[in-house]
Amino acid sequence: MQRRDARLGLLYSAPLSLFLLLTFLAPILLVAAFSTMPEKVFNLSQAPDFSAYRTVLAQGYWKSVAWSLFMALAATLILLVVCWPLAYGMAKVFKRFTLVLTIGVVMTLFVSENIRLFGWVLTLMKGGLIEGYWRHWTGTGFDAPLYNGPIIVFGLVYVYLPFMLFPLAQGISMVPDDARQAAYDLGATRWQILREIDLPLAMPGIMVGSLLTFVLAAGAMAESKLLGGRAIITIADEVQTAFTYGQNWPLGAALAMVLIAIIGTVAIWAISKADLDKMMGGKS
Amino acid sequence: MTDASQPILRINALTKRFDDFTALHGVDLNVAEGEFLAIVGPSGSGKTTLIRILVGMDELSDGAVWLRNTRIDVVPANKRPTCMVFQSLALFPHRTVGQNIEFPLKLRKVPPAERKARALELLDTLRLPRDYYDKRIQQCSGGEKQRVALARALAFDPEILFFDEPLSALDYRLRKTLEKELKDLHRRTGKTFIYITHSLEEAMVMSDRIAIMKAGRFEQIAPAEEIYARPVSKFVAEFMGEVNFFDLRNGQAEGLLMTPETAAALAGRSGTLTIRPESLRTLPEGQAADLTFEGEIVAEYLLGSRMQYRMMLATGQEMIVEVLRENGVAGGIGAALRVGCDLSAAHLIEEARDAAA
Ligand SMILES: Nc1ncnc2c1ncn2[C@@H]1O[C@H](COP(=O)(O)OP(=O)(O)OP(=O)(O)O)[C@@H](O)[C@H]1O
Ligand SMILES: [Mg+2]
Repeated sequence: MQRRDARLGLLYSAPLSLFLLLTFLAPILLVAAFSTMPEKVFNLSQAPDFSAYRTVLAQGYWKSVAWSLFMALAATLILLVVCWPLAYGMAKVFKRFTLVLTIGVVMTLFVSENIRLFGWVLTLMKGGLIEGYWRHWTGTGFDAPLYNGPIIVFGLVYVYLPFMLFPLAQGISMVPDDARQAAYDLGATRWQILREIDLPLAMPGIMVGSLLTFVLAAGAMAESKLLGGRAIITIADEVQTAFTYGQNWPLGAALAMVLIAIIGTVAIWAISKADLDKMMGGKS
Repeated sequence: MTDASQPILRINALTKRFDDFTALHGVDLNVAEGEFLAIVGPSGSGKTTLIRILVGMDELSDGAVWLRNTRIDVVPANKRPTCMVFQSLALFPHRTVGQNIEFPLKLRKVPPAERKARALELLDTLRLPRDYYDKRIQQCSGGEKQRVALARALAFDPEILFFDEPLSALDYRLRKTLEKELKDLHRRTGKTFIYITHSLEEAMVMSDRIAIMKAGRFEQIAPAEEIYARPVSKFVAEFMGEVNFFDLRNGQAEGLLMTPETAAALAGRSGTLTIRPESLRTLPEGQAADLTFEGEIVAEYLLGSRMQYRMMLATGQEMIVEVLRENGVAGGIGAALRVGCDLSAAHLIEEARDAAA
C-alpha cells in the first residue's frame, strides 16, 4: 500500500519535475558548459580549456564577488531588524491593518524595480525632490547622498523588503501565543521571551526570509547601477557586462558559475543547519 | 512568619469590563494558605477571566488583589510569585522535557548542574522516568505532557499555583488518575492551589472548598458538603446535581403532605424547598414521613446499585426519586409510589436570598 502510494506520488509529480528540470537545470548546464570553453567563442564545439576561470581569478573579479556578498549580507541583517517589529505586528497585533499593509507592500511589486529605484534617484539627486526644495527654501545646497556603498545597501533593503517581511510574518504567526504567555508567567522578560521563544519558534520564517533576500540581493545589480552609479560594481553586473559589451560568453558563464556555487553552498548549508522540519515541531 | 489565619490571597471587589460587557462584577474572595480551592461554573461565567487577572495576564478594571501583604494587581505577570498551568499546557515545543522543566530556573540564572538536579527531582515527584529528561515534547503522551507542565510550574516554585481546566482534554481514566495525583501533590507540597474546572466531580474529589461562579459573580463559596446540603440558590442546587424544588408560600406547598410538627416548623416561611432525590425513601402504605409525596411512576432507570424513578404528583409536578435497588417498588411504570424524607434532609432556600441572586 505504502509502496503504491509512493509510486503514485512519483507519477503525479513527474510532469512538474520534468518541467522544473528543463527550465531550471538546463540553462545552468548550458552556462556550465559555456564556462569551460576557450574565451570569446560563441559555440560549444571547442575543446574545453577552462581559461575563463583563470581570467576570473587573475583579473580581481573576487572584489565584485566579495562586495556583492557583503552588501547582500548587510541588507539581510538590516532587513531582519527592520522587518521584525513590522512582521510581529502583522502576525500578532494589527488586525484589519495587516491586510492593508499586505496590499500596500504587494502593490509596490506591480511597479518595476528599475522605475522605483529611479524614483529614488529623482528624489535624492542634486536638484532633485529633496535637495532642490531645500536649496529653494534655504539657499544652500548639499551633495546628493547617492553614488556610494550605503545607498546601494539602502536600495537592496528597499527592494527586497517584501521578501523578508512576508516569510517573517508567517514565521512569527507560528509562534503559539500560549507559549509566550507561559514564558512571561514563568518570569521571562521581554528579551528573554524574544530569545527563548520567539526567535527559535519563528526560525523557519527567519531562515526562508533571510535566504530569499540574501540570494536575491547577492545577484542584484540595478541598485548599484542606478543608486550607486557604479560606485561599486556587483558581480551580477560583471556577468552582464561580460555577456554583452565584453562579448565574452565563457567569462560571463564562469563568473555566473562562481556566483551559483557560492550562493548554492550558502543556501544548502543554511537549510541543512536549520532543519526546517525539526523546528516546525515535526516528527524527527 | 506566615500567620496561618491570614489569607494568602485576598481579592477585593474585582471588576473586569470588556468594552461594554462586564465579565466580573466586583468579586470578593479570600484563599487560605495551603488551601485547594476549586472554581466551578458554567461556560462563560468568567472563570478564565478571573484567573488570568490573578496571574497578571490581563488587567482588572477595578478592585484590588493582595498576596499576603503585597498588592499584586499592579505587578506585571513576570514579577508575580504565582504561576498558571494552562488548559493547552503551553509547553515549549522546541525544547526537551528537561529544558521545559528547567525554564524558570534558567531565567533565574541557576547554574546548569543545579538546574538539572532539580529537574530530575521533579521528574521523580511527578512519577516520570528520569530518562524523559532528554525526550522531545512531541514524543510525550497527553498524560505525560500534563505532568511535564506541572513539573515546570513546580520548578518555578510559586506561592500560588493556578490551573485552568488542565485535565479537560484527557480521557476519563487518565483524568481520574491525575486527579488523585494532583490531590496528592497538593498534600505533599503544601502549596496553595486554585483550580478551575467544569466538572463538579473533579472539584469534589480534590478541593477543600468550592467556589461556584455564575455570570461574573460567586454564588457560594464553601466546602463541598455544605454546598451540597445547603445551597444558597436554585442555581447552586441544580449545579450540584439533580434536585427537586417545591415552592413554599407561607408554610404551604402544593403536592406536599406534612406532619403537624413539620407544618409548625415551616409555618409562615416562604422560599424554595430543595430535596435531593437520594434523601427520599419509599414509604409503605399508611406510614408517613416528615414530608410525604404521593404519585405515579412515569419512568424508571437502573443506575447500578440504585434505582431512579420519575414520579408524577397529583399536582402534575414531576419529581425524581433515587433509592437503593432492594428498596425499589415492584410494578414498574404506572404503579403508585409513596416516598418521603425527614425535614432535616430538605433545605429551604429563603425567598429573599434567592431573589437577590
Ligand atoms: N477578550 C475578551 N473580550 C471580550 N469579551 C471577553 C474576552 N474574554 C472573555 N470575554 C467574555 O467574558 C466572559 C467570561 O469568559 P471566560 O473565558 O472567563 O469564561 P469561562 O468561565 O472561563 O468559560 P469556559 O468554561 O468556557 O472556559 C465570556 O462571556 C466571554 O465572552
Ligand atoms: Mg475558561
